[in-house]
Amino acid sequence: MSENFEPRIVAFCCQYCSYAAADLAGSMRLSYPPNVKVVLVPCTGRVDPLHILRTIEDGADGVCVAGCLEGDCHFLEGNFKARKRVAYVQRILNEAGVEDARVRMFNIAASDGPGFAEAARMMTETIRALGPNPLSTKTEKMTEEL
Amino acid sequence: MIIAERKPIKELLEMLAGHDKVLLVGCKGCVTVCNAGGVKEVGVLASALRIARRRQGRPIEIDEMTLDRQCEPEFISWLEEPIREKGYTAIMSAACSVGPQYIAERFDKVAVMPALNTKFIGGTLEHEVWAEFCRACGNCGIHNFGGLCPITRCSKGLLHGPCAGSSGGKCEVRPEVDCIWHLIYTRMKNLGQVEKLKALKPAKDWSSYWSGGVRRVVREDLTL
Ligand code: SF4
Ligand code: SF4
Repeated sequence: MSENFEPRIVAFCCQYCSYAAADLAGSMRLSYPPNVKVVLVPCTGRVDPLHILRTIEDGADGVCVAGCLEGDCHFLEGNFKARKRVAYVQRILNEAGVEDARVRMFNIAASDGPGFAEAARMMTETIRALGPNPLSTKTEKMTEEL
Repeated sequence: MIIAERKPIKELLEMLAGHDKVLLVGCKGCVTVCNAGGVKEVGVLASALRIARRRQGRPIEIDEMTLDRQCEPEFISWLEEPIREKGYTAIMSAACSVGPQYIAERFDKVAVMPALNTKFIGGTLEHEVWAEFCRACGNCGIHNFGGLCPITRCSKGLLHGPCAGSSGGKCEVRPEVDCIWHLIYTRMKNLGQVEKLKALKPAKDWSSYWSGGVRRVVREDLTL
């Protein structure tokens, strides 16, 4: 793993909670790793396994799906559906030979700016420890070989 | 409907060994309803296979296409052009196993493989849970059993009442399975027809299932 590896992480954040938390973390001037790129979704229940798989396929080193606290989903149970789908994608990645820890579900309240910063740190650390997306490294290696 | 389930990725990868350009074909019929081989599942599977093959250091190109039905030769024709134009070496079919057989019979230059295991003729128990209801024995006799099929739904296929393992309405073979004989008896009691169950039934004639080779149904009046 290269010393200066900077993970690229895509976070699907729901409009009502975790996106608001990310926003709040910003207004509170909390520092968190810039590795996490936020994609706004109306509800984590909208995140399809295919969104996550394609994100990995396209080279992201990690993907998080961040929704409201359990029981607080604006659409009642979108975050529970998302949790199951994340678990499903983890199983598929395992089967395909990619570490399942690259994909993770978080639940963060809208008022929890520090919680978002902490989740971003945690995810960045996990991915830093895992190293780059094995798909991009393989491709790089192959291009070198050619 | 036909209930199917995706095969493990590992098995599919073994089938695809040596193929670098493949068409993954889904079906909009039964397997879409049971979330095994519709447009979405085809997308997920294609992505998973591409990821796995890149991980193995031998990327694969997988195009996706989902036919209205794969159990109709007419729809299989839609594959002619892509197969002719794109140079696929293999077609992986995500339909019940009728689909891959039709494809295999039609196209003699490409390998054909099933992405799914066709499990049974069944129905929905609850959202995303399916169970077997009929074994297609070819000579339905469920009117003798209150409209419920012991051939399929009794784990031992018993025709003259429950085994000794029926307990609390559940089957001894698997506790989450209803003992169909418990249901048959309850229903016949409600219908006031318990006596009917006591009639000795002759051994099931399985010729409608086994004999005479491949079974066919012909509607003479409607044939062209
Ligand atoms: S009796 Fe035969 S045809 Fe009727 S439901 Fe049972 S297996 Fe199916
Ligand atoms: S417990 Fe009921 S369903 Fe199970 S094998 Fe015995 S009779 Fe059949």
